[in-house]
This record gives sequence, C-alpha cells and structure tokens, in this order.
Amino acid sequence: MLPLIASQHWQVNLLVFTVMYAGLAAAWNLLGGYAGYPALGHTAFFGVGAYAMAIGTIHLGVGAGYRPFLLIAPIAVGTAVVVLPIARLLLRTRAAAFAVLTITLLFMVQTLAYNIRSLTGGSSGLIVPIAPFPVATFERPFYYAMAALLALTLAVCWVVRTSKLGLALNAVRDDEDRARGLGVQTELVKLVAFAVSAGLFAAFGAVWAYYVGFLYPGFAIDPLLALGAVLMAFLGGRRALWGPVVGAALIGPAQQYFAYRFGASQLYLLAYAALFLLVIYLLPEGIVPTLARRLGRLRPGSGPGKAVRDQVATGSIFSAGDLG
Amino acid sequence: MSVLLAVQGLTKSFGGVRALDGCSFEVAEGSVTALIGPNGSGKTTAFNVITGYQPADAGSLAFRGRPVRRPDPCRLQRLGLSRTFQQARVFPGLTAAENVILGRNEPWHALLRRRVAGPDRRRAEALLGEFGLAAHADTAAGRLSYGQRKLLELASVLMAEPALVLLDEPAAGINPVMVKTIEDHIRRMHARGVTFLVVEHEMKFVMRLCDPVIVLDRGRPIACDAPRKVQNDPRVLDAYLGD
Repeated sequence: MLPLIASQHWQVNLLVFTVMYAGLAAAWNLLGGYAGYPALGHTAFFGVGAYAMAIGTIHLGVGAGYRPFLLIAPIAVGTAVVVLPIARLLLRTRAAAFAVLTITLLFMVQTLAYNIRSLTGGSSGLIVPIAPFPVATFERPFYYAMAALLALTLAVCWVVRTSKLGLALNAVRDDEDRARGLGVQTELVKLVAFAVSAGLFAAFGAVWAYYVGFLYPGFAIDPLLALGAVLMAFLGGRRALWGPVVGAALIGPAQQYFAYRFGASQLYLLAYAALFLLVIYLLPEGIVPTLARRLGRLRPGSGPGKAVRDQVATGSIFSAGDLG
Repeated sequence: MSVLLAVQGLTKSFGGVRALDGCSFEVAEGSVTALIGPNGSGKTTAFNVITGYQPADAGSLAFRGRPVRRPDPCRLQRLGLSRTFQQARVFPGLTAAENVILGRNEPWHALLRRRVAGPDRRRAEALLGEFGLAAHADTAAGRLSYGQRKLLELASVLMAEPALVLLDEPAAGINPVMVKTIEDHIRRMHARGVTFLVVEHEMKFVMRLCDPVIVLDRGRPIACDAPRKVQNDPRVLDAYLGD
C-alpha cells in the first residue's frame, strides 16, 4: 500500500513522522484527554525510550537489521513500570501544578542525559549503528514499525474508551473529588493511564532513535515534541478516538514544512502558538467531535459539547472543581 | 437503635479560625438526623472531615461500630457512607446513565469490563426511572436542569445502596415543587432503610423531615433534640439571633 501513496524518500520520511505524531497524540490523549491531566512533559519518556534503544544496540549487542525492533516491547514495558512511583508522586497534584511538574520532570531527564556521559555520551551525543536496509527502501521498515505502534495505540485507546476504565477516567476529568466520593478508584486509574501513555511514548522513541540514528539530549528530549502531540490532540478532538490522528495528519506535514522553511529562525513556534489559540477559541472540542455533531451522528441534545464549551468559557478546561 | 456514625472530639482549624472545635455527635441507624446552625458554624467542614475530603486536626470517627482511621472518600463509600455536595455535582460530560453507573462499587479487576454492560444499564434505567429521569438516560448530565442534576446526584449516590448518606443542602437553590420531590425521595429511601444526615438551611424542610436535629454553633453542638424542642431552645435562638 505504501508505495502507492509515496515513493520519494522525503515523502516516506514525512509519513514516518506523521504516523509517529499520530501515535504520540493518541497516547498522550489517554492521560491528557480521557483523564484531563495536562501532562506537558511526555517527551521525557520518549527520550528514555530513544536512549534505551541506542544504548541497547550499542552496548548490549542486540545485533543489527530487524533485531533492534525486538527491544521495543521491553523498553515500553520497562518505562511504564519504572515511571509508576514518579507518576504516583506527580498525580498528587492537579491542573496547572501538574503541568508545571511534568515540565520539570522533562528537564530533569534532559539534564540527566547531559550528565550521565558514560551511558548517553552527554552533549556529544550517541550514534546508533545505521540499519543495513537497502537505500531505495530504507524508510519502509521504520514506517511499518511506526504504523504498527500507531495501530497498537489506537487499539489501547479503543479498549480504554469502551471499558469501565475509560468511564472512570472520564469521571476523573469531569470532577475527580466527586468521583472519589462515589467509590471510583481514581488513584489506580490515573496511574494506569499515566504508565500506559508513558510506555507508548517510550516505544515510539525507541523506533525514532533507530531511524534517525543520532541523538543528543536537546534533540531526543525536545519539549516541542510532546507539545506538538498535545496540539494535535486538541485540534483533532480529545474526546474522539480518531481526533488525535486527524490532528496529526493536519499538523504533522505542516510542522515538517515549517521547520524546513523557517526552522533556523524558529518562527514556526509562533505559528504553533497562534494555531493553539485559534483551536481553543474556535474549535474547543476539536475537529472530529464538531464534525460528528454537524453531520448529526450524535443525537441532538446529547453530546458533551456544551459542557466542554462551558469549561472553556470559564477557563476550567483542565482544572478540577473545588470542594463544596 | 444502634449508633451508625459516632464523631468524637473532631477539631479542624483554618489558619486562626476553628471551624470545628471538639465536635462530638452521633447518628442513630435508621434516623434522618439534621445538622443545622448559623453560617460558619462548621456544618460543611464537619461533612468534609467525616467523609475524608479534609484531614481533621484531632478527633476520631467510628462508622458501624468500627473506628475509621484516616478517612478516605473512596474507602468510606465502599464501607457504605456516601455524600452529596452543596452545588449538585454531576459529571457534565457523561450521560445520566453513566453518572449513575459510576456509583457502583466496582472491584479493580472489573475495570476492563464493558463501559456500560447490560445489567448496569438495566439497573441504571430502573434507578433513573424512580427519580423521574428515565427519559434523560442518554442525555449529557451537563445539559440537565439544576433540579434534575440534584436528583441525578442523589440517584448516583444511592446506586451502591449505602447505609448512610450525608446530604449537603439538598433543598438549596431549587423551586418549592422540586424541594417537595427531593423530600419524597429521601422519605422513600429512608423507608427502605437508608440513614440520612442532612445539612440544611431551609428550616421548614428540616422540621418536617428530620429527627433528631443537631444544632452546631462555632464548631460544636449546642443542642440535639426533637425538632419541636430545638425550635424553642433558648441556646439555639441565641446562636441564630444573638450577638
């Protein structure tokens, strides 16, 4: 299927990154959208996955070719487990405090990457052995790996949405204190959402590291990566399964183009900020839920649209209600 | 009647303000006990401390004869103690049926079961029917009227068949017809064996529904008696009207 869509190297490269961002946005949505916890530091887990892949291929002698892909699952599971105590700590805060702490975590991980030179090479970086794939179709294995991870992420999202776990996460999003009072295991479901989301970020980071072949802390742990994923989830719609994917399909290519045209001047960051403001102002629910309602697929008078708009209007889109 | 909830020497300060000051009282099983008092007398703080939303500075709590150390809302709900809030709190983005279903005590291993399974749905519909909300089962709770949200909040609390429900101003902010409706629901649930502890300012409502009535003033009870006697208690009149 792939060669029909794109054959040029730059086209496939663009697809690899767009599919990766779709997966990241969907994975972020587990915690940021379904549970309403504004995590802004998920890049940290992406970076952990990337470094784990690099270190695994360089020091552990996993082998070349397709064999490094075998590392993805243990990296994802390992990250999800290791992150549990940290998540437990972070999840004691909410809203803005949580957002700030997640950013702090990101910079802590980045600082560690700069300083644990024996493992990460510090600021001089790490070079991952180049995959011995044929030059003509070099990107394809990575594209398929990213696509498989995206499919897995969407499957996870679907399971969460259609299970009691998703219902409990949505209750946390709407009113966490009342959810506790109703006997919802808020601590547990938040931890699960955080860990799974972080593990998926690590998995994408692992593939990315093998693909780009070179990492240094400011590149592998770039705050804008997670922020981009957040923007995509917002644009596409956090309440829809396909929302983050649609957001990524729109912003992913635009982002690559902007970075390519204006990258050196970082002007594209302004475009990012402007887009974010426009989305919040004009499409608070995101594209997919808005379209779905316009097309009448949601029964009139049912969708959560008004509640979301009220939250945006009162500035409480992320904050939990205070105690009565 | 046995004691369902016993509060002993509860104390809670906010800065220099003592919201609760050695507050002790009991709620008898099968009663509809009222907790009244002038503004700032510590009624809502008592609710928040009892249900574990705020930690007490001192004091102890016993529910169903067992001491509750470090009360926690989730654990207490699972023991059979639930509460409602002053401003009808529902989950605005979820449907009425989902709101009610969340009130079930699900064990952790049920988290991957279907979001709204058949039996859940039937129970939710039956309960919503009792509260006159059957037609709104699939309406987002955020779109319901304020009175309907109060009913929905009450229904979701009752889903788990609690032993004791703490109602924080059930009659506030709704029209007289709705007040009567809420009152009927409380009576109906009471007849089924649910014990209630009610904080309320609407005195006619309290006097009709509750017995005994506990009067709080400056963080501690000053009277606990039948409604008619409390009404004529000089200490109570003094607390409400005095300087």
